[in-house]
Amino acid sequence: MHASTVRSLLVRGMLAGLVAGLFAFAVAYVVGEPPVSGAIAVEEAKAAGEAPAGHGSHADHGGGTVAVEAAGEEEEGVSRSAQSTFGLATGVLVYGVALGGIASLAFSFALGRVGRFSPRATAALTAAAAFTTVYLVPFLKYPATPPAVGNPDTIGKRTTLFFLMILLSVLLGIAALIAGRRLAPRLGNWNATLAAGAGFVVVTAVAFAVLPDNEDAVATGFPAGLLWEFRLASLAIQAVLWAVFGIVFGVLAQKTLAPRAAADQEGRLGAPAAG
Amino acid sequence: MAEAVVSAAVSAPSVAVPAPLPVRAVLPWAFFVGLLALIALYFVGAEQGATSVFAGTDVHEWVHDGRHLLGFPCH
Ligand SMILES: [Zn+2]
Repeated sequence: MHASTVRSLLVRGMLAGLVAGLFAFAVAYVVGEPPVSGAIAVEEAKAAGEAPAGHGSHADHGGGTVAVEAAGEEEEGVSRSAQSTFGLATGVLVYGVALGGIASLAFSFALGRVGRFSPRATAALTAAAAFTTVYLVPFLKYPATPPAVGNPDTIGKRTTLFFLMILLSVLLGIAALIAGRRLAPRLGNWNATLAAGAGFVVVTAVAFAVLPDNEDAVATGFPAGLLWEFRLASLAIQAVLWAVFGIVFGVLAQKTLAPRAAADQEGRLGAPAAG
Repeated sequence: MAEAVVSAAVSAPSVAVPAPLPVRAVLPWAFFVGLLALIALYFVGAEQGATSVFAGTDVHEWVHDGRHLLGFPCH
């Protein structure tokens, strides 16, 4: 019975992730694509100004392909119109469903263990925690960069550091949660939550200071306004994704668990009606 | 402490706080589905960037815009 509850929560988490992904895709298409196109235009202008020999190092991504094709060379690849529609949708929806599934499993662990919260409130807290640890904290140290900003030679190091930062942030979040629950009987819920939150912020700040800086320094001459617009769009996409996930999954989880909660309570009273 | 418990029970009687799901019921799902989800995230976030499972750049190019906008290092 418990296993089937976990399974139905998982299915609903992935479903909520899909719905959240659709909303996030709409935001990505409307506010995210203009700065991406703008950055690719900057990249093309830069590539056009360089010697044709320089194209080799740019050929591994869409903007480079466009630049190469614009320079009259043939290269197999994905068109910009496909990248900005079906390609973008694929990326955002897979991200939403996968993280929706993971978040629903985190919810199953958290349910009834993090305080006196209903399923709906637990879902909202899970979504907020996932947004903060999986996206916001890593973003603050290694912010999203549009095409044309990065140096292709450092992709290995940047990828390692980014995933390391996500892992560290999630682990610190879990540690703060456990510490907060341990402190609650002594400090009370409010002060324990504040102490755990402060601990998370301090340790995260130390990690920011110790970890290597982003080598992906913004290329000289890249428009600052365009970079800001791109990063704001990235933040908006993730904020919408997790807000929609929290709301939708909260409704679904509440419905899934309501009969069970009623059965728990009435079972104690000996009324089998809701069973 | 007893007072806190009583007041909590009185002030929020309608909120059904669910019993925790046993960890052993969650773990198998967390392991298998968690693994599948991480593999899916790898293909969206990193494949054909720093590391490649498949040759070429088609996966990278297909999810390219999403990779940039979701915050992953792309190129
Ligand atoms: Zn790229």
